Amino acid sequence: MSVSHEVSPLIRPRSKILTRFGRELNWGDFVFRRTTALLAALVIAVLAAMAAAMLHGSAESMAKFGLGFVSSQVWDPVRDVYGALPFIYGTIASSLLALCFAVPISLGVAIFLSELAPAWLRDPVAFLVELLAAVPSVVYGLWGIFALAPWLRTTVEPLLASTLGFLPFFQGQQRGFGMLAGGIILAIMITPTISSVSREVLRAVPGELREGALGLGATPWEAVRVAVLPYARSGLVGAAILGLGRALGETMAITMVIGNRSEISASLFAPSYTMASVIANEFSEATGSLYLSALAEVALLLFVVTVLLNILARLLVWRVGRLPLGGNL
Amino acid sequence: MVARRNLLVGLLLTYVACKSKQATPAPVASDAAPVVNKDETVSLTGAGATFPYPLYSKWISEYNKLNPNVKINYQSIGSGGGIRQITANTVDFGATDAPMKEDEAKQAPGKLFHIPATIGAVVIAYNLPEVPGTLKLSAGVLVDIYAGKIRRWNDPKIKVDNTDAKLPEKDISVVYRTDGSGTTAVFTDYLSKVSPEWKEKVGIGKAVNWPTGLGAKGNEGVTGQVKTTPYTIGYIERAYASQNKLPMAELQNKSGKFVAPSIEAMSAAAEDVEMPEELFVSLANAQGDSAYPITSYSYLLLYEDAKDAVKGAALAKYVWWGLHEGQKFAKDLDYAPIPTKVLAKVEARLKELRSGNKKLLSGA
Repeated sequence: MSVSHEVSPLIRPRSKILTRFGRELNWGDFVFRRTTALLAALVIAVLAAMAAAMLHGSAESMAKFGLGFVSSQVWDPVRDVYGALPFIYGTIASSLLALCFAVPISLGVAIFLSELAPAWLRDPVAFLVELLAAVPSVVYGLWGIFALAPWLRTTVEPLLASTLGFLPFFQGQQRGFGMLAGGIILAIMITPTISSVSREVLRAVPGELREGALGLGATPWEAVRVAVLPYARSGLVGAAILGLGRALGETMAITMVIGNRSEISASLFAPSYTMASVIANEFSEATGSLYLSALAEVALLLFVVTVLLNILARLLVWRVGRLPLGGNL
Repeated sequence: MVARRNLLVGLLLTYVACKSKQATPAPVASDAAPVVNKDETVSLTGAGATFPYPLYSKWISEYNKLNPNVKINYQSIGSGGGIRQITANTVDFGATDAPMKEDEAKQAPGKLFHIPATIGAVVIAYNLPEVPGTLKLSAGVLVDIYAGKIRRWNDPKIKVDNTDAKLPEKDISVVYRTDGSGTTAVFTDYLSKVSPEWKEKVGIGKAVNWPTGLGAKGNEGVTGQVKTTPYTIGYIERAYASQNKLPMAELQNKSGKFVAPSIEAMSAAAEDVEMPEELFVSLANAQGDSAYPITSYSYLLLYEDAKDAVKGAALAKYVWWGLHEGQKFAKDLDYAPIPTKVLAKVEARLKELRSGNKKLLSGA
């Protein structure tokens, strides 16, 4: 290990000259540096401009409702009374539900493809999983209306109600459309993202770790559990967060199956509503400045929720990354 | 074969009816008004209601065959969007199902005319596998279903009007439009007219706070849910129900008669309601024995004073054509033609269209 810290004397002076040379004389490097810096600043500027536009747009609604906007459950365009709590709840709950379905499946896919599958099977299966990401969301939505929701209504929901019906999550009218359908659609949509990133992360785990574990007599399952997964932990959490980001912003497919009702219910059978959906549904027909302003504030909230969840996720990645790398048998 | 022959006969009849209705000759551009040059291409853009879109797009393609130099583009972005765009002057004409509110009209830079262009109906579609006949719904029952007060199909209140139907002991699954829409405005206008309680608690609007039910996106979304889910009820435009062969409920009108949403019943509703001077009026719960109660005009929005005389003249001629020759396409697309006595008032209004002090149409 100590060798890598020493820089060869042959290289050191040359690299120093290059640095100084680059700073003072090389115009190409100068232009390159400034251009890339400008492009990076542009992305931040767009983000700031969007936030400013949404703040400006929602000023009227903020002045009228204040903090009540995020705690009220009433959304009544006829009386010009707006509260966004059901949309915030629906967005977060449907995305977390999707993660609950998608993470185990994606992790299974990724582990199978990187650790267990025979070489000839890996690429075709990986390709097919990634193909799911190429399906347009309106197609998922139509499939949701005509296949998923009827199946949930006739098969899955009665089964859940008869076996786990004592839990508040599985009570109420079984209609197929609702939180459960929304969560499943989102899960299918984010599975390719999570599984392909997870697969790359697992592939980056050094082979020596696996070989070491197997050499010590571990079974393939133990090798994955003790050596591979702990090493890849923070990358896997990052993969899940990428999926979460997609789930939060998804609009079309979820609008078509979630039931679009601004209500908060513990039951997964009950309809719900997301922030992205309400904007997409109501913006084109919204007249009246307070109505438009309230929709702009929903957009701002979606922005804030996304940023907050991403910060939380970063903290999680950071925290997980600092855990010890080994696992226990 | 029988169906096809009926269609043919129907088409012929419509054609004859339209022919005979054209007593008034189409006006020609007066000498004072700028004449559209035959070689010069005029392009007009419009935006608004989705409800009459199939008819408007038929008009545009037919009119373009007759006048290849006039290119018209209509974007069906919704009534609200149509009002916003015509107010901002980014399109040449707007279209809306619900007339503009007073404060909306004040925001426009000029005076906007409402031109009733066609008549449509909102139907109550349902999915009841056990009931082969047509369901009959009274106004009170329909309100109670949408208010969440009647929750089961075998409710005695539904049974009263459907004595010979075997109504199942199942929960009613209510579906509404979740995206803001003129269809919802027409439907809630009707519910408010027949129920003061609905008017007070929920009200009229393109999007309202529904007491019960599930929201689906677009007419196609509601149609899809009604089609795939047994025991569902939903309100949609007539064309969607007839094209998807969904059963449509007969509704009890103001005279107490149960009426199916036929084109004749839509026309009857329009015939029975006096058209006021401003040329917009609600047809909800119209009087008359054969009137279908959830019927509505759909309007074009035109500036009285066109800023561009050439475009204005082309637009005025197109709208004139749509209100005369264009009406014969209505029936096949599930709309009813504008009644003759209303047409006379619309003609007078179209002749008031001007650019500066030049009239765009003449022949009066």
